[in-house]
Amino acid sequence: MIEAEGLTKRYGPVTAIENLTFRVEKGEIVGFLGPNGAGKTTTMRVLTGYLPSTEGTARIAGYDIFTQSIEARRHIGYMPETVPLYPEMTVRGYLHFMAEIRGVKDRRRAVNEAMELCHIEDRANDIIATLSKGYRQRVGLAQALLHRPDVLILDEPTIGLDPRQIIEVRELIRELGQTRTILISTHILPEASQVCTRVLIIHKGRIVAEDTPAGLSQRLQGAERLAIQVARPAPEVADALTAVPGVRAVESAGDGRYEITSTPGMDIRTAIAETVVRGGWGLLELRPVGMSLEEIFLQLTREEPASQEESHA
Amino acid sequence: MRNMFAIAKRELQSFLVSPIAYLVTAAFLLISGLYFWFTLNWMVTYRDIPTVRYTVEFMVVVFVFAAPLITMRLLAQERRMGTLELVLTSPVKEWELVMGKFFAGFALYLLMVLPTLLYPLTLEIFGNPDWGPIWSSYLGLLLFGAVLTAVGLLASALTENQIVAAVLGVAGNLLLWFFAGIPTYDPSSSPRLIQILKILDLRQHLDTFLSGALDTRDIIYCLSMTAFLLFVTTRILEARRWRA
Repeated sequence: MIEAEGLTKRYGPVTAIENLTFRVEKGEIVGFLGPNGAGKTTTMRVLTGYLPSTEGTARIAGYDIFTQSIEARRHIGYMPETVPLYPEMTVRGYLHFMAEIRGVKDRRRAVNEAMELCHIEDRANDIIATLSKGYRQRVGLAQALLHRPDVLILDEPTIGLDPRQIIEVRELIRELGQTRTILISTHILPEASQVCTRVLIIHKGRIVAEDTPAGLSQRLQGAERLAIQVARPAPEVADALTAVPGVRAVESAGDGRYEITSTPGMDIRTAIAETVVRGGWGLLELRPVGMSLEEIFLQLTREEPASQEESHA
Repeated sequence: MRNMFAIAKRELQSFLVSPIAYLVTAAFLLISGLYFWFTLNWMVTYRDIPTVRYTVEFMVVVFVFAAPLITMRLLAQERRMGTLELVLTSPVKEWELVMGKFFAGFALYLLMVLPTLLYPLTLEIFGNPDWGPIWSSYLGLLLFGAVLTAVGLLASALTENQIVAAVLGVAGNLLLWFFAGIPTYDPSSSPRLIQILKILDLRQHLDTFLSGALDTRDIIYCLSMTAFLLFVTTRILEARRWRA
């Protein structure tokens, strides 16, 4: 479990993170989402005890990261953004060393298990310097799993991987998340919605939104939207759809596609389908459109400059 | 303690696959061997007593410049690679890291010095040297190695740039080496200051080791100097965790 209370970190006059309060429970995968420079890495460095917070406290598995640092660190598996490795060592040698300083008793087994989990057994005896970016990333991940930590903190775990590896790593994170507490950071929005059970959107060092990926889009949507496609578009389609009770607006996207905004709380799907069928236009597709995380994100962060301008004025 | 040994072992293994260790060792053995050969000629020509005194003194001077080349990577490299963050977010205390690094650097120093034992052995084969000063000289070499390694380690903790660490290390070593000389050029410096700097001066302490007169003060000087430098290095690593 990760508990952060009012975490603030200032570097001289620069405030990197401000008053962050959040909890990550066991079995949760929480995504820390934000643009570069939002304070994600700083937060992780504070949570892992590498840097002290200027104000506020954080507890890992119940241990205060500042006053009970060593105890807390035993419970953390951390993969920093840069994936620090010793390039002159072999994969096995490196993992063995990391297991040793983490106080793992049965190191042989721990190393083998971690390599198996991250699918790097085939390169166990290779020098790290000769590995591709994808393998290095997975060695970094394996390193974080060696001591079977209950808390995993992963900074941009899929950066630099090819699409197939990204899917593999995401699957691995989901799998691990069932029995552990995981905090990952990412600036890739689909990743957060695919992997995480909950998302914290961080912008300029503050949490601007916190919810499940689905909940976030619902909350921000305001009105519900449907996308339909018909086989034989006709000029009267849009008018006929607008006439359906509950429809607020219809937008034609061309090629027989229409986007329909409806009054929240009303399910207009059957009415829409019936209208299209009655008109004989041939219904090809009908689906609800959630607001994508990209849109939510832009909406949340776009407000910031405006309010700053106001305060200047 | 276990962490300290793990770190020292890993470091030493990395040293032994890096070319710099072999380059520095080879260069050191070459020039110290040449120097010994010169002194040997000299001893033979002037029928002087066989001694390694001058060679050991020369080796210390070489190490003033060479030790930082060994130690420069110890912490600077970890900082640059980001592995420092990984090690210090593991349940490892700063002093364990510093001691581990120190012992790795010191072990390499010992590996470099070990072959030079051939010099007194050569004297034993062809002459009749007095082993008292030889042992005390080598004890001095050992203890000075500890001080010089600790200076270099401290320099390496200050930066993530190995070149900067090497330059700082040489500067630090030279400062210790010439400490006593500095204020004597200034007639206004107080006698007390000169007295204190004389105690700190590395070279002052070397002379007694070389002459074979073992003095506990010199041993304590080397040990306490090393301990002090390692303590400062630990504090430097801890400083990032201090709350303003």
